[in-house]
Amino acid sequence: MVTLTIDGQKVTVPANSTVLEAAEAAGIHIPTLCYLKDVSQTGSCRVCVVEIGGRLQAACVFPVHEGMVVETTTPLVRESRRVTVELLLSNHPQDCLTCLRNQNCELQRLTHELNIRDVRFQGVRTHVPKDDSSASIVRDPDKCILCRRCINVCSDIQGVDVLAARERGFETVVSPAWQAKLAQTACTNCGQCVLVCPVGALVEKDDTAKVWDKLGDPDIHVVVQTAPAVRVSLGEEFGMEPGTVVTGKMITALRRLGFDAVFDTDFSADLTIVEEANELLERLDEGTLPMITSCSPGWIKFIEHQYPELLDHLTSCKSPQQMFGALAKTYYPEKVGLDPAKIATISIMPCTAKKYEADRPEMRSSGYKDVDVVLTVRELARMIKEAGIDFSNLPEGEYDNPMGISTGAGVIFGATGGVMEAALRTAYEVVTEEALEKLEFLEVRGLEGIKEAEVDLQGTKLKVVVANGLGNARKLLEMIKRGEAEYHFIEIMACPGGCIGGGGQPIPTNADILKARMASIYDVDEAMVLRKSHENPSIKVLYEEFLGKPLGEKSHKLLHTPYVARSRFGALAGTISEPESEKEKVAAAKE
Amino acid sequence: MAVYRTHVLVCAGAGCVSSNCKAVESALQEQLAKVGLAEEVKVIETGCIGTCDLGPVMVIYPEGVFYQKLTPEDAEEIVNEHILKGRVIERLLFKPAASDDLVEKACDIEFFRRQYRIALRNTGVIDPGVIEEYIARDGYAALGKVVTDMTREQVIDVIKRSKLRGRGGAGFPTGLKWQFTYDAPGNEKYVVCNADEGDPGAFMDRSILEGDPHAVIEAMAIAGYAVGAKQGYVYVRAEYPLAVARLARALDQARNYGFLGEEIFGSKFCFDIDIRVGAGAFVCGEETALIASIEGKRGEPRPRPPFPAVRGVYGKPTLLSNVETYANICPIILNGPEWFAGIGTEESKGTKVFAIAGDINNTGLVEVPMGTTLREIVFDIGGGIPNGKRFKAAQTGGPSGGCLTAEHLDTPMDYESLRELGSMMGSGGLIVLDEDSCMVDIARFFLDFTQDESCGKCTPCRIGTTRMLEILTRITEGEGEEGDIERLETLARTIQSSSLCGLGQSAPNPVLSTLKYFREEYEIHIREKRCPSGHCAGLVRFVIDPELCRGCGLCVKHCPVGAISGERRKPHVIDADLCTKCGECQATCPFDAILKI
Repeated sequence: MVTLTIDGQKVTVPANSTVLEAAEAAGIHIPTLCYLKDVSQTGSCRVCVVEIGGRLQAACVFPVHEGMVVETTTPLVRESRRVTVELLLSNHPQDCLTCLRNQNCELQRLTHELNIRDVRFQGVRTHVPKDDSSASIVRDPDKCILCRRCINVCSDIQGVDVLAARERGFETVVSPAWQAKLAQTACTNCGQCVLVCPVGALVEKDDTAKVWDKLGDPDIHVVVQTAPAVRVSLGEEFGMEPGTVVTGKMITALRRLGFDAVFDTDFSADLTIVEEANELLERLDEGTLPMITSCSPGWIKFIEHQYPELLDHLTSCKSPQQMFGALAKTYYPEKVGLDPAKIATISIMPCTAKKYEADRPEMRSSGYKDVDVVLTVRELARMIKEAGIDFSNLPEGEYDNPMGISTGAGVIFGATGGVMEAALRTAYEVVTEEALEKLEFLEVRGLEGIKEAEVDLQGTKLKVVVANGLGNARKLLEMIKRGEAEYHFIEIMACPGGCIGGGGQPIPTNADILKARMASIYDVDEAMVLRKSHENPSIKVLYEEFLGKPLGEKSHKLLHTPYVARSRFGALAGTISEPESEKEKVAAAKE
Repeated sequence: MAVYRTHVLVCAGAGCVSSNCKAVESALQEQLAKVGLAEEVKVIETGCIGTCDLGPVMVIYPEGVFYQKLTPEDAEEIVNEHILKGRVIERLLFKPAASDDLVEKACDIEFFRRQYRIALRNTGVIDPGVIEEYIARDGYAALGKVVTDMTREQVIDVIKRSKLRGRGGAGFPTGLKWQFTYDAPGNEKYVVCNADEGDPGAFMDRSILEGDPHAVIEAMAIAGYAVGAKQGYVYVRAEYPLAVARLARALDQARNYGFLGEEIFGSKFCFDIDIRVGAGAFVCGEETALIASIEGKRGEPRPRPPFPAVRGVYGKPTLLSNVETYANICPIILNGPEWFAGIGTEESKGTKVFAIAGDINNTGLVEVPMGTTLREIVFDIGGGIPNGKRFKAAQTGGPSGGCLTAEHLDTPMDYESLRELGSMMGSGGLIVLDEDSCMVDIARFFLDFTQDESCGKCTPCRIGTTRMLEILTRITEGEGEEGDIERLETLARTIQSSSLCGLGQSAPNPVLSTLKYFREEYEIHIREKRCPSGHCAGLVRFVIDPELCRGCGLCVKHCPVGAISGERRKPHVIDADLCTKCGECQATCPFDAILKI
């Protein structure tokens, strides 16, 4: 422990603390901008400067030492912070009124916090065209303040490395290499960059207008599905505590927006489990192991680009969103007597990658685009606000039948480890033909990056592992490549925490908020009467009336999918020559 | 071993290479062969002799006669007259600016006579391509002594006692750096040489690498022994192809002799060096950016601490010093720390190499004891200001430094004195400015450089230097506004105090120091829209003195834009709105009636 003085106040903190952490411990607020706990610590924006020994230091990165004296509001500190923020504003469009991040922007908040009412330094502004090539994410470099959080999350946490600083000095821009468009790269569309962006430089592609159009068309029957993780986060958009469960209010809000049927992705999550558990059992007999889940479209794009040689390990099951979409335009219209051509399927997802997934050419097994439009939690919230719905005071609604009936196993898909736990609940009972006594598999729960477990299916030992965050996924894939992965079944979610930390979730999303959302997911599961996917009565009916049997012919047509091997260099593959090695350069320079 | 009666040292520094010394050398060889002297006269290509604007130059020993501004056509006369008949060729001798007397011998030229060469001891003396020449001048004796006779602690103690300080700019005590790297826990450590010299006009590091590469290699090996490193890197900029090539060749030679590699001098010490070629970013001279670049990452600085001594290349403890610093190590080991500490001033020991450029007679590279006054360097060594102009200022420390004025001519050049005056030693660039220089434009010039070289990582440097440059540019273009000086000062304070690395922290220095000593020049630019030194094109006006104008009409004919009018034999006038300030009228006026104001 180390004792230091901050603004005359003594504080004792662990020796490896930064000045910022020490100040937080002392209850002293230091404004920050580029710093983001657990994600980014580059010390680049220089907003958090404090005075130490007559010199300014960035509090977010400067280590404490015994006897250190820190001052956080000297004239030099105040002037420097203001000038720095004014400089950022001088190269920023300042179009707050129409910005997607209006009122949830860290630069806006900081400007207000520092009481900046005038930007004294004006001059040229950088201009780089917007990149809206991606189905999921829009980049507007003009709004970028070069905090580098997106770079750090993309490379250090996700291990995707699509974003980097290009050019230098005033011309610096965050972008993919070789000025590629995002859609041309190995971007997984996970949207973690959107979650950490302090301003409106990285946002989800706003598809609300498309949904309004469908809702406004009286000839179209608009069906909506809501993903498991949405119900525990949507409330945050309306000022509720993180983790507040708003399932009933959300259903009511969707009805008031004009959706004709409100269904639950949990239903198709249960269906996924039944199909996937059966596939696993088949593979345990004969087939490629370990088998890896496919619910997370960011993860799918990642393996397609980074490890195409391992695609055989993926279950052929579609994600719950796409299973739902395929049924919503086949089984559902058949059952209720509608023309599938007149049905629109909308998804409410915690995810930006789901937009890309819905657009994939493979996802048209109903004969139509299975899922027409995907909205993130943030987009749905904007629609609810635009419609003037007083969300907090809405009465509780209930899902429609038949695709609104689900089990606790479907809900827990929303948190890392949930798919695994749901699969184990079903696999156990299918294999042993006995009731599982304890439903909770605590080993696979929690925010840890990689979680292992071994389950005894009465003699059959099942080794499983769960990874969340693509950086952790990479570690597992490297193990598989080296032949060291002695697992049977692997669950991988692209986003840290799983879908509760998805790129379409409310901003901010951080470790504390993740914990709250996760706790609520398991609360919802526990409160359910049915907690095993194979016990879902609607699923049983579905097989009886329509699908026949798991992994049957119809299942294969509607619920399973192939994958595409892609290059690490994305669409630019083949256009890039290997750089000359350093040695060759030296040799070339020799006399 | 062959014995020669005459040695001809032909400077093959990059400056002389560009003035075609190679052609002079081959012409000389040809002429020698023609008269049958090829076996008696040895022609040696050396590193930079230092007199860069006199090149190609050569020194003929044993007499030590210095010939300058040579062409291949001079070779025949040199061979026939000087070498065969012993007659000095007067037309090729050096004539100091201040006198009419020709100087025959190199050692009598003030430029050489006043130097004290430690770092440059072999540069311009030996053939850098021949390791034996280095060895003949005690090369690798220091490494041998260190690895066979001294403990690691003793070596560090010697460097500490010498009080050598880093020559790259900041002047941090070198011995302490060695100690910190030695103390840092870990078995894997690195020694790095910073040869990413980037200050405009500074080329001491290049000259050392080109002229005496083994001095750096040997010193790095000694440092590796002392701090416990097995691997060294020389990070050298790609713009120095000759330095890269000579260093690469020297490394091969050192390996062949066993001075690098396994069990050096039969000891247990193993050490090798690799070259890393930079990609042209000034910021890579900053140590953490340099390390990132060595690792193959984008060359950007990171916050310190941790310092490289604790976390450097690949996260391992790393000793990182500049070329000139390393070039001082071997003499300190051989002559003892007391010898070195006996040179220079109280706080700044040893010598410093300066690259003199700008409005000065003798431009080039000089090494003088620390504490030598600016006056000695500019007037005695540099030969003063050309064309009888007055000395106005000298910029030290390149774009990171500041200016010294005529009142500072007697300032001893050492770390502390320069810092007190708001400038800095930097890497030793010294740009002399005469009375015609506009100090606002000088500040703009340097800021243009740093702004362009900013890596873009931190806000104050990235946007702040851009805003400062915009203000300076508009001032020099006559668009300056009231409050611009204050805006510059506010920006400068923030950039200086809160930038992430030394590049940003020192970027405002040229502006602040010119504001300190030449504030009224800024004010005149802004308020009177006038450039007192007549340098800023946007502010210059050409006017016709009606007293002197005879109305001859010559200027009217020469003006390309028809801006001059007037009746014949009556004073003419220039229309300022039309005038493009080309100066053609002034050049053609036979009566000197056109003035630039």
